[in-house]
Amino acid sequence: MPSLPLQSLCELCSAQKPSLRRPKTGQKICQQCFFHVFETEIHNTITAASLFHPGERVAIGASGGKDSTVLAHVMKTLNERYSYGVDFVLLSIDEGIRGYRDDSLETVKRNQQQYSLPLKIVSYKDLYDGWSMDNIVAQIGSKNNCTYCGVFRRQALDRGAQMLGINHVLTGHNADDMAETVLMNILRGDTARLDRCTEIITQSAESPIKRSKPLKFAYEKEIVLYAHYKKLDYFSTECTYSPEAFRGTARTLIKNLETVRSSAIIDIIHSGETFALQRRGGKNQAKKLVAGVCERCGYISSNKLCKACVLLDGLNAGRAAVQISLEKPGDQDDGAALVRKQLEHLSF
Amino acid sequence: MAVPFTVEFSGGLEILFGGERVMKLSLASPRDDDNLTIADLVKHLCDEKMTDSRRDMFVIEGYNVRPGILVLINDADWELEGEADFRAVG
Repeated sequence: MPSLPLQSLCELCSAQKPSLRRPKTGQKICQQCFFHVFETEIHNTITAASLFHPGERVAIGASGGKDSTVLAHVMKTLNERYSYGVDFVLLSIDEGIRGYRDDSLETVKRNQQQYSLPLKIVSYKDLYDGWSMDNIVAQIGSKNNCTYCGVFRRQALDRGAQMLGINHVLTGHNADDMAETVLMNILRGDTARLDRCTEIITQSAESPIKRSKPLKFAYEKEIVLYAHYKKLDYFSTECTYSPEAFRGTARTLIKNLETVRSSAIIDIIHSGETFALQRRGGKNQAKKLVAGVCERCGYISSNKLCKACVLLDGLNAGRAAVQISLEKPGDQDDGAALVRKQLEHLSF
Repeated sequence: MAVPFTVEFSGGLEILFGGERVMKLSLASPRDDDNLTIADLVKHLCDEKMTDSRRDMFVIEGYNVRPGILVLINDADWELEGEADFRAVG
């Protein structure tokens, strides 16, 4: 077997063999010290932002992936170690994607046992007139489906939390994700989002539920290694429908930057945090969102109908057209072709 | 002299290798010396074992492991050990 030659000792405890090089500091440290600093830094992030208060009930958005699995594990650990007095619940969204979400939900169910936390699963199918992502993609194709999934998921997390009587949801966004988002918002000129995307707690007029990101300063590399060394049970398949080309490009760019400037990720986040964006003129500034509710579903919305209901209208209109065309007698053979033709003429 | 390896793929990388998570193989230095490195192993995996055509999901610019893929040698971060230049001994 290949073996490592004798090497220097852990830079923190000077007792054990190092297991990794920290991307943040370049320090070579052993597993035990790594667990300790990784958890302690997240604890510091939490206390610096006063994220929780004793007796608070908080939902952890759990997908079964590495980030949310590490988040759930670390939250449970820190809650016990530092007596936050927080009541955690796992909250999962079932988008209805066969071969992806059904398998990852099995992971979440195992996590529920492993961490003995209650679990609530809410599905698109139940929330949105029977539309699962598989059905949506079958209807609209695989081009814009991430738009639907994004709008639906945001609302689904809120509704799941509301069902539980909870108004604080944690998500597993990590430092790499956040740097990508900052960069994407700059490249898109999305100044409204650029302003807020690095905040650890987001609370907006569009959502009644507070979101926060305790892993905001945790590097993906450390999250993956934490899960690996702790032997956490997580699911690692990418969504079957997600090309997310723009984010992928931003990710590659950041990874390349990191090879020549190791602090790239934290620098981009820092830039995002300290941008002070000047609003131009009084007109745009005056256009403040009026918080109202969706006429149809009662979800918070600044328009008559919330985004999810608008998308649903489009889907339902399409479905109606499909059914009519299928009911025509005599064209059973070209049913599929006909459906496709019908769909080509639809626009949302 | 050939060096035996056990290669494990995880986190989705196994998809590029026909879904195989654990692979046992034995490799000798292509230069007929005793200086077999991890770079040689990566090249071998890429040329001989990869079943998926999306090479750039694994290596870029020749045979450099794509940034973002974590490599562990004997369960330790390869960044501790000179990465691809790490010399494997039988």
